[in-house]
Amino acid sequence: MEAVVDELPVILGAFWLTVKLTVVSGVISLVWGIVLAAMRVSPLPVLRGAGALYVNVLRNTPLTLIIVFCGLGLGTVMNVQFSQDDLSLNSFWLSIVGLSAYTSAFVCEVVRSGINTVPLGQAEAARAIGLTFLQTLRLVILPQAVRAVIAPLGSLLNALVKNTTVAAAIGVMEAALRMKNLFDAHGDAIIPIFLGFAAGFIVLTLPLNLLSGRLAQRLAVAR
Amino acid sequence: MKDRATVLYDIPGPRTRLRNNVLTLAFGVVLLLAAYFVWTKFDEKGQWDGKLWQPFLQADTWTELILPGLRNTLTAAVVAAVLALLFGAVFGIARLSDHRWVRIPAAVVVEGFRAIPLLMMIFFAQYGGSLAGLTVSEFAAVVFGLMVYNGSVLAEIVRAGILAVPRGQAEAGYAMGLRKNQVMRLILLPQAVTAMMPAIVSQLVVLLKDTALGFVVAYADLLNAGARVVPANYANLIPSVIVIAVVYILINLALGYLANWLERRSRRSRKISADPAAAEMAGGEVALAR
Amino acid sequence: MRKVTRMRFGAGLLALAALATGLTACGNSGADSIVDKAKNDKKLVIGIKIDQPGWGLKKPDGSYGGFDVDVAKYVAKELGVPESGITFKEAQSANREPFIQQGQVDMVIATYSITDERKQKISFAGPYLVTGQDILVRADDTSITGVESLKDKKVCGAQGSSSPKRLADKFGPEWESKNLTQQQGYGACLPLLQNKQVDAISTDATILAGFAAQFPGQFKLVGQPFSEERYGIGIKKDDKAGRDAINNAIEKFFSDGSWRKALDANLGEFGKYFTTPPSVERY
Repeated sequence: MEAVVDELPVILGAFWLTVKLTVVSGVISLVWGIVLAAMRVSPLPVLRGAGALYVNVLRNTPLTLIIVFCGLGLGTVMNVQFSQDDLSLNSFWLSIVGLSAYTSAFVCEVVRSGINTVPLGQAEAARAIGLTFLQTLRLVILPQAVRAVIAPLGSLLNALVKNTTVAAAIGVMEAALRMKNLFDAHGDAIIPIFLGFAAGFIVLTLPLNLLSGRLAQRLAVAR
Repeated sequence: MKDRATVLYDIPGPRTRLRNNVLTLAFGVVLLLAAYFVWTKFDEKGQWDGKLWQPFLQADTWTELILPGLRNTLTAAVVAAVLALLFGAVFGIARLSDHRWVRIPAAVVVEGFRAIPLLMMIFFAQYGGSLAGLTVSEFAAVVFGLMVYNGSVLAEIVRAGILAVPRGQAEAGYAMGLRKNQVMRLILLPQAVTAMMPAIVSQLVVLLKDTALGFVVAYADLLNAGARVVPANYANLIPSVIVIAVVYILINLALGYLANWLERRSRRSRKISADPAAAEMAGGEVALAR
Repeated sequence: MRKVTRMRFGAGLLALAALATGLTACGNSGADSIVDKAKNDKKLVIGIKIDQPGWGLKKPDGSYGGFDVDVAKYVAKELGVPESGITFKEAQSANREPFIQQGQVDMVIATYSITDERKQKISFAGPYLVTGQDILVRADDTSITGVESLKDKKVCGAQGSSSPKRLADKFGPEWESKNLTQQQGYGACLPLLQNKQVDAISTDATILAGFAAQFPGQFKLVGQPFSEERYGIGIKKDDKAGRDAINNAIEKFFSDGSWRKALDANLGEFGKYFTTPPSVERY
């Protein structure tokens, strides 16, 4: 137990990194995922095709592979650098690229299926009363689609928190890799250290679960 | 898709069709430029150089380096899948038990393991196991992690699948004088399994992808072959990782088609009264994430 | 609602505790000497590196090559195990001790430094080679002359190896965060040095020599070893019979000229950096 107390600053630092990874890649994935969804529902076959290709490739590739590709492939071989003078920052951003590229494919599918939950009749009715495309989108489709999207996006964010641990594959000192290092340093305190880190993840994911569950309930569309 | 009204667009008229054609051309050019840009960036670093790709035309590279990795990946995935299904069935049913002392611990286990990242479970299996004097190979650590994590998710799918069977079915069973376990075995489970099938297969795709985490603990899996062993010989990390990615994608797409086929089949079938969509929804995070 | 939250949280912890107790339930089967195992089974599982040119490398034809591999084959033969009875297994820097402790391998021959810290967990035979931690830099870089000049340079190391840890202790956490990257294996470090993302790779001279030999003229060793590393063969703790038998094998390896031959065969021109075999340490 002392090990956990002694190393508390280190543990908190690791979780802070986990939180940063989650927030930054979460925001990027959301934006990029919406762009992809827009491509996939657009009337242009070329954009639909490109969006579908992206989503199918990224969704079916293991996240670990994507992150290794970003870290070793882009970072090392292609010499992509985000920071000239801070190596941790560099691997941090490289793992963000991987996490966002992967997560956005799932965001895209969530958003797309959210739009598809709106019955066709709603849109037809809107167009029949003379609403323009933007009005239809803003007043009829999005309000319903957004509600359908909240709960699945919550689960995605939850999964993202856990997925940030994969950045360990390219040496980002987030919670899981730090835990392993602490295992190495304190061989006699493996169980307390594990429990400490597990509690950390439960603290991070539980509120997210409850919040998205409650929001989804409150916003549910009555049909 | 073509020329059919969607939620967002009406059937295009002549003017819209023309405009769409112009936009198609414009975006087509943009996408090609983007692809060309990426291509040249890789070309500048000599990544399309024949000698980096040539190893993949040799039988040895496949039979000695890549296929053993693929075999290990599939072994881990199959073993973990079987164990996770067992784990999921046991805990999923236990969570529906009438007895608090069964229901609550089962819920604790399922909720706990779902909240902890898989990689942490793998590390813990290695270190915790050796602490207990156990021999935990990388294979065992990876399989253990996959089992408890995916098993917990499957438990939720099982639970939701059983709950999705209309209550009248169970009540009718009891009315006929069946016992609790007969109702579960003869009435609820057969219907629930059919309804859960698509969700289960999607989760197995997730499990297969997650085997790649074995790379972090040096399990000699497909990713290890592609990202470490092959490049150590030919200094061709990017080509090698791309080839490996294609292998993963093909396997997962095949499984994905299987899931779709099962879903369509169970939608068509009238025999069951449980709604597959309900089971899938309950999986939630499940089919979506990871 | 609040009640449910608390219950679920507590539930998570309970689950963990349940797991922890579940795992401790099983025990360990007694440890026999490696000598008996070799004699009876005619089989050994040996942990080596598989991504280290010159020392332990898995080759496209599925075989393994390198100095450590040659040592492994020689020692196994002396213990009565033919080459066909050896199973090689990858031992990464980070998991060498657990491998031995857990019995996943019978011995580890993987550029493995003998240290007091490690001796608490396992036993060592050897050393079969003495080297030092050195610094590999680009051939045209004259600004790095020794370990002190790394203070404002970027360094790559391997996760779990002792060298980055030593530098991090020396220069502090700020330096560790900004100037040190720890990759999975040195194979990932070399391109970083080539394209100037880092200025130096720090680890044992032997490993550096193995890599540098692949790219003649591009890199050089600074030649200021800042520690003494003695490579040993790791086996289960307190296997005295095993240690003695392996030490005898190593001494024979030195005296019949196989040591020299193996070095020159695996390291080419870098073989000459290692002039004389060390004397084995019996304890």
